[in-house]
Amino acid sequence: MRLLNTDGSRFKRNLLRDRQLYLMLFPCILYYILFYYVPVYGIQIAFKDYQPYVGILQSKWVGLKHFKSFFGSPYAFRIIRNTFLISFYSMIFTFPLTIILALLFNELRCKWFKTAVQTISYLPYFISTVVVAGLVVSFLSPTAGIVNTVLEKMGMEKIYFLIKPEYFRTIFVAMGGWQGIGFGTIVYTSALCSIDNTLYEAAAVDGVSRWKRIIHITLPGIMPTIAVMLIIRMGSLLSVGSESIILLYQPITYETADVISSYVYRNGLVESNYSYAAAVDLFNGIISLVLVVISNMLSKKIGGSGIW
Amino acid sequence: MKRSFGEKVFDCFNVMLMLLTAFVTLYPVWYVCIASLSSGIEVTNGNVIWWIKNFELQAYKQLFANKEIWISYGNTFFYSIAGTMLNMLLTVTGAYALSKKRLMGRKLFMTLILITMWFSPGILPQYITFRNYGLIDTRLGILLCGAVTAFNLILMRTYFESVPDSMEEAAKLDGAADFQVFRMVFLPLSGSALITIALYYFVGRWNAYFWSMILLKDPDKIPLQVHLKKLVVEMTANDSERGNIDYTVTSRETTIYATIVISIIPMLIIYPFIQKFFVKGVMIGAVKG
Repeated sequence: MRLLNTDGSRFKRNLLRDRQLYLMLFPCILYYILFYYVPVYGIQIAFKDYQPYVGILQSKWVGLKHFKSFFGSPYAFRIIRNTFLISFYSMIFTFPLTIILALLFNELRCKWFKTAVQTISYLPYFISTVVVAGLVVSFLSPTAGIVNTVLEKMGMEKIYFLIKPEYFRTIFVAMGGWQGIGFGTIVYTSALCSIDNTLYEAAAVDGVSRWKRIIHITLPGIMPTIAVMLIIRMGSLLSVGSESIILLYQPITYETADVISSYVYRNGLVESNYSYAAAVDLFNGIISLVLVVISNMLSKKIGGSGIW
Repeated sequence: MKRSFGEKVFDCFNVMLMLLTAFVTLYPVWYVCIASLSSGIEVTNGNVIWWIKNFELQAYKQLFANKEIWISYGNTFFYSIAGTMLNMLLTVTGAYALSKKRLMGRKLFMTLILITMWFSPGILPQYITFRNYGLIDTRLGILLCGAVTAFNLILMRTYFESVPDSMEEAAKLDGAADFQVFRMVFLPLSGSALITIALYYFVGRWNAYFWSMILLKDPDKIPLQVHLKKLVVEMTANDSERGNIDYTVTSRETTIYATIVISIIPMLIIYPFIQKFFVKGVMIGAVKG
């Protein structure tokens, strides 16, 4: 009893002492409750037949009906496959190129040239998805697009790129690469800065060639960063944002272009099948969560630190 | 240090690769600029490749005459500036409180925030929540979208934690309360971190379109990106149908280029100056991660 009492008074004392800190924390936490935890509570619509006019609570429970109808549909396989493939291709294309670009930056001797190229390479990161998609659409346009103009000038036939399912993934991955590779080098550049310079000096004295220095000093130096980045990337292997997909796909390319998030967007917000879409989204959310947790555990194991 | 022949070849090759990288990065932006200033027919015929052909301001004249564009442009400014202010208010105060190890329940609050990085409730529950709050088609709704990002909050908290405790203790000895310590000691010390986070939010706000597209119906409230999105999607849809060149289309193409130009110009102007803060942000994150 006595113990509880002192604990209680210490609790009160601390609360009183830090009252201004709690006041500062309050808006932030309130925001998360209202805009994150309330929606989390709303996930239950995935197990109900949600009717907007009835409300979340009064809607009827239907158990796993929506999950069953999703996995029973031909779309389940298609969109899971597309999500995985787009994400996977983008990883094997973007990931090595980012590292190579960072290494090449590092090998530049002329300081101002290096800064200039680096700065230029960050540019696409500051351009919005809508604009980038707009660029892609107009560049590939069969009538006025510059790509087709060039193809035609080289004596080849024009191609309607965006209505051919076989081109979609390539286009999408290239677009993501254009946008992200330059900015992605920053992580490696900062890792490269932390490599001990005396190692290079010693190697130079010993007459080790530049190529060997890259292989034996530079690469091992950034290996931990590479490993952590790779693992983090694996964590998002089943999340491809609908934001850029819905700007480029068309019904005719759904076969290769439709991913989980775009399917959810179309079913839920365009066609208003709230509960069904929420169920598909929940499935995706859980898979992503599992992947992130595993990847975080792995990165803690190898690097001693995860992404928090 | 003398360079061997092989190294010279490598250096040369490397510089060429870099020039190629710069070209691939810049050319699309360059193309949009020159195409928006060329005549529509030349653009459609594929004659515009390196430089402006038949200079004309037709596309910009159309743009200036279009009230919708300017309304959405104004909206983008409003959402980006007011939104960033709201972001900063919530993030910086929250991060400051969470940077204090003595705060009871700190672990619990941190966990509540970290969870948001790992799991998303999905767009439908979020949309329904916004609707239940009556935030559909309101400017307030847009401002509240993503008002705190866990990533930036943690970045800011990490920064506050790096300020030595002795600074706070000294101020406390002088009788300063937490608000005062925050305002007089920590904020002035955090200039570059504050700018970094504000810029992350600002660029994010400027370029955002998804939730604005979902939440807003009223054309007077949409930001530029949503307007642009309509043009782009229209263009995609038309491409699959259209066969022959049609001249109403050509002028529309240059109009889209001109719209793209005015939407990226503010970023093009400020990004060389702000990019170093983004680099710093990634590095703070990398040190932690």
